[in-house]
Amino acid sequence: MLPTLPLVLIGVADLSAAFLFMYGLKRMSSPVTAPSGILAAGIGMLVAVAASFLYIFSANDATQPFLATNVGLAIIALMIGGGVAWWSGKRVAMTAMPQMVALYNGMGGGAAGAIAAMELFGGRAQGLMPLIVTLAGALIGAVSMSGSVIAWAKLDGLLSNPWRFKGQQAVNVIAFAVTIAIGAYLTLASLGTLVPVLGITTLITIFFGCALVFGILMTMPIGGADMPVVISVFNAFTGLAVALEGFVLQKPALMVAGMVVGAAGLLLTLLMANAMNRSVSNILFTNFGPSVTQKQGDIKGSLRPTEAGDAGIAMRYAASVIIIPGYGLAVAQGQQKLYEFVKLLQSAGVLVRFAIHPVAGRMPGQMDVLLAEAGVPYDLILQLEDINDDFANTDVVMVIGANDVVNPAARTDKPSPIFGMPILNADKAKQVFVVKRGEGKGYAGIVNTLFYGENCNMVCGDAQAVLVKMIEAVRPLGRAAA
Amino acid sequence: MDSQMAISGFVALYIFMLAAFAGWVIIGRVPAILHTPLMSGANFVHGIVVVGGLYALINASSVQQQIIGFFAVLLGAGNAAGGYAVTGRMLAMFQTSAPDASPKKTARAKRHPVKKA
Repeated sequence: MLPTLPLVLIGVADLSAAFLFMYGLKRMSSPVTAPSGILAAGIGMLVAVAASFLYIFSANDATQPFLATNVGLAIIALMIGGGVAWWSGKRVAMTAMPQMVALYNGMGGGAAGAIAAMELFGGRAQGLMPLIVTLAGALIGAVSMSGSVIAWAKLDGLLSNPWRFKGQQAVNVIAFAVTIAIGAYLTLASLGTLVPVLGITTLITIFFGCALVFGILMTMPIGGADMPVVISVFNAFTGLAVALEGFVLQKPALMVAGMVVGAAGLLLTLLMANAMNRSVSNILFTNFGPSVTQKQGDIKGSLRPTEAGDAGIAMRYAASVIIIPGYGLAVAQGQQKLYEFVKLLQSAGVLVRFAIHPVAGRMPGQMDVLLAEAGVPYDLILQLEDINDDFANTDVVMVIGANDVVNPAARTDKPSPIFGMPILNADKAKQVFVVKRGEGKGYAGIVNTLFYGENCNMVCGDAQAVLVKMIEAVRPLGRAAA
Repeated sequence: MDSQMAISGFVALYIFMLAAFAGWVIIGRVPAILHTPLMSGANFVHGIVVVGGLYALINASSVQQQIIGFFAVLLGAGNAAGGYAVTGRMLAMFQTSAPDASPKKTARAKRHPVKKA
């Protein structure tokens, strides 16, 4: 009778957590209710973690000699892991958010993989189904962990260039096939169908090694601008791995929470891929190579550079301005200066709005977060489908640190690798200013015909430095004349 | 876990199916502006893996299990705590300039006074 009570309590706690997670995510569908949503989910997590310690009362005889150490280790691990991550999460700059999310996601994948490892090494996964599910969770979790770490290193600038070589896809396929083969061999060996050449423990270790290597190989060739998709995919992977290990441990809370995240990650991945007009497999397994670079000779016209101050004054005397921010703004940490400039325009009576492309930045919605950090009210921030028809009757568009998402080639140029991708119609505005560090090509390696248009002027320089100059030029002009 | 509640075969598939559907529907309505906090919120939710790690670690019965279980809890706790910290920070930043949110608006106007030339 005694051991059942703690288990009932744990069951109730897990159920509450699962409910609070879904309720919290539901409340995250509006900026107004979202902060209470994450709070609800956080309470669910605390309840579930606290209740887990009730497993002390249901530990079996084999565990008894280890129990005190286990509990001590659990508390230490919670404090170190939770403490360090909390500390770093509170301090990380908003511009570094994509890599932090990738890192935390990798931790989740690693945890799922470690749980699978315990089940496998402990010989607790018995029978065909549990073995397959445990191994699948282990594979997905391990791939998500090593892949996320690579994504983090790339986003953090530790690994700069996509790492590509001839026959890379073949190598990746072989790495994946070998991992699956070892998993199958391991399953048959554990079931006693065949006598393994190596020990089961060795096989499990090799299996994890191969899965980790595959995650690295898979992520290495993917470039920076495709990271929104990669992070979504690994987020979904970790969710799936957690759900599978939840089944192995017979913990429905993990199954539900993991699967909800898996589905959410899948949905976001598809949204991102749609916004690029590419399939998910195209993004993950084939990459923009040097072969798609267009010849410079195809372009008519020339670039017309202009001074930052002149561009600022042109916007000051415009009736309406739309600003298109991109990753370059995040790199330059220019979001605060941008809003300072926008407030000057607003006080001069200019209608200023922001247009965000779905794949601007290095994770979905990154630009929205940066603008929110600077204090921009979210009702001024519009998404592609809501603002795209307004460009034609807008006086000035400022493109700041964005490139491919405003390239008209996506509409007209069939051989272009970005053909068919929905773009922001910046070229339709009466006047366009493009703030850009260099005259380099965008991520896709193609020339942006917008820059050569009759209505376009280039403002060269770091986004933040350019904005400072614009503010200096516009401030003395004062507010709108009455 | 305990013998009174074994989830197996099709029951597991039903749970997975319903949870996936719920996740799809819940997330499908989130506006694009909230995609980053949503993703990190979802990232936080799969931090529930820490509970699985705790279960496995508390029931560990060898030194090897203790070591792996320690890392499972360590990583899981990092996922959960970090995910919560960044999501909360991001969501706290979203504000509106709509007229019905007048107390907020005045608060912001005080913080960012419009400079006179």
